[in-house]
Amino acid sequence: MSEVQDYKSSMSDPTSRKFETFSYLPAMDKARIEMQVAHIVHKGWNPAIEHTEPENTLGHYWYMWKLPMFGETDIDSILGEAEACHKAYPNHHVRLVGYDNHAQSQGTAMVVYRGTVEA
Amino acid sequence: MSVKTYQAGVKAYRETYWDPDYSPQDTDILACFKVTPQAGVPREEAAAAVAAESSTGTWTTVWMDLLTDLEYYKGRAYRIEDVPGDDTCFYAFIAYPIDLFEEGSVVNVLTSLVGNVFGFKALRGLRLEDVRFPHSYVITCGGPPNGIQVERDRLNKYGRGLLGCTIKPKLGLSAKNYGRGVYECLRGGLDFTKDDENVNSQPFMRWQHRFEFVAEAVKKAEAETGERKGHYLNCTAPTPEDMYRRAEFAKELGMPIIMHDFLTGGFCANTGLANWCREHGMLLHIHRAMHAVIDRHPQHGIHFRVLSKCLRLSGGDHLHSGTVVGKLEGDRTATLGWIDLMRKRYVKEDRARGLFFDQDWGFMPGMFPVASGGIHVWHMPALVSIFGDDAVFQFGGGTLGHPWGNAAGASANRVALEACVEARNQGRGIEREGKDILTAAAKSSPELKAAMETWKEIKFEFETVDKLDVA
Repeated sequence: MSEVQDYKSSMSDPTSRKFETFSYLPAMDKARIEMQVAHIVHKGWNPAIEHTEPENTLGHYWYMWKLPMFGETDIDSILGEAEACHKAYPNHHVRLVGYDNHAQSQGTAMVVYRGTVEA
Repeated sequence: MSVKTYQAGVKAYRETYWDPDYSPQDTDILACFKVTPQAGVPREEAAAAVAAESSTGTWTTVWMDLLTDLEYYKGRAYRIEDVPGDDTCFYAFIAYPIDLFEEGSVVNVLTSLVGNVFGFKALRGLRLEDVRFPHSYVITCGGPPNGIQVERDRLNKYGRGLLGCTIKPKLGLSAKNYGRGVYECLRGGLDFTKDDENVNSQPFMRWQHRFEFVAEAVKKAEAETGERKGHYLNCTAPTPEDMYRRAEFAKELGMPIIMHDFLTGGFCANTGLANWCREHGMLLHIHRAMHAVIDRHPQHGIHFRVLSKCLRLSGGDHLHSGTVVGKLEGDRTATLGWIDLMRKRYVKEDRARGLFFDQDWGFMPGMFPVASGGIHVWHMPALVSIFGDDAVFQFGGGTLGHPWGNAAGASANRVALEACVEARNQGRGIEREGKDILTAAAKSSPELKAAMETWKEIKFEFETVDKLDVA
């Protein structure tokens, strides 16, 4: 068994701030993002893009990028909007949301582009 | 007009309470009992006796029977079925008119259905297998104070199951040391920690002290991780007054969730606390201590699916459901039946899953099933596959027993969960590919790697020994 290791996380280290689902996995590359977009489309959810400053993740309301893409099933279009948001706000976290109108809630939400965090 | 005359004496129950031609009404409460009669008691008589003793009847005729319309108020045994694989007992189906029960009172329903009748001498055993609560009764009950979607919205958790951990050792820690355990788990990536059920307010850790230290732990972990967290503060108490005092203090401290033990605390207390939670915007976690006393014996007691239904009516946002993993295939099937009863809007009769009736919950919110007990990272693929996202995976030793401590253990749990969810979303068979998925995720998580080494690989295979009634 390996030596006991310190768990690195602190108030003073901004990289300790997480942002919910998949934030404990390595940042996604395009292929992985694409498969999650496909999952949202497959579930029949409405994709949407949101973004925020990395220090403001705790609030419920992030900035909306345009409007949710109701009825959009083209994976490239959805990915394109996420990329466009990332280009416009390169330092922000960009979140992909799947709105489930039957549950009247979000079916899923995940950060697909991670903003710049000064360590 | 009635032309009945009073004749004192004892009549066979079946003359009044066995009614095989009866068609149950949409508003009737229906019950399925597994009846094990004493030798020589005919099935119809035993079934009718159960109907009588759980509704209007007593052992002899009384003159005041004639002052009411017993034909309307009586419960009726309307069907008898064999129990597959066991000829010592049979199923009796009984219909009760809705007027027999006070609105919104699980207490009153249980007092009738599982009251004196369970001590009835003509029976060797009696088990309440299932109850159909008509929609017209369901809407008189408060139900879960928040429900699954509202809890997700409050806590900002989407697209994955929730993670919890019960703080151990369950008894003996001081409040300050206990809070340390909470903080470490939450900063490592869990959503919740939990008071063990027998943590109430003992001399070594009074409830006020625990609540205060835990509140600091929760708030610091939230600030550190940028995620919403909670600790199930156990408000189960010796009196309702104490229970409400604890709940109010939890709210004063800004905590999002409290906890209650619905069987030892009782349905009266539970329903009251659920109503309080609804008014005060608090989530309510429900533990089930004592359930096995009631639900474990196959020929006597109350099946857990009935207790689950009663709790959904009484009110709770989480309810312990069993983990399935490591147990038998029959458990898996039956558990899938009662977790549907916890979560879904409408559940169809399905004998293969032990469901004897259709159950319509209407707009009543659902509850998170809580899979707790003996689980660790190697179980994660099976848990995600069996329970899906709307569940709480509740660890204990599987977080706290990590060689580097609670935070590392929590992080390992979280990485394992997210890796399984990502793979599931990609369409992969996560139970079959569980080992590959976890091994790949461990490459970027030394915490997960250490957890996997500590607990080794478990097999994701299940025996097919069914505990449901089958021939």
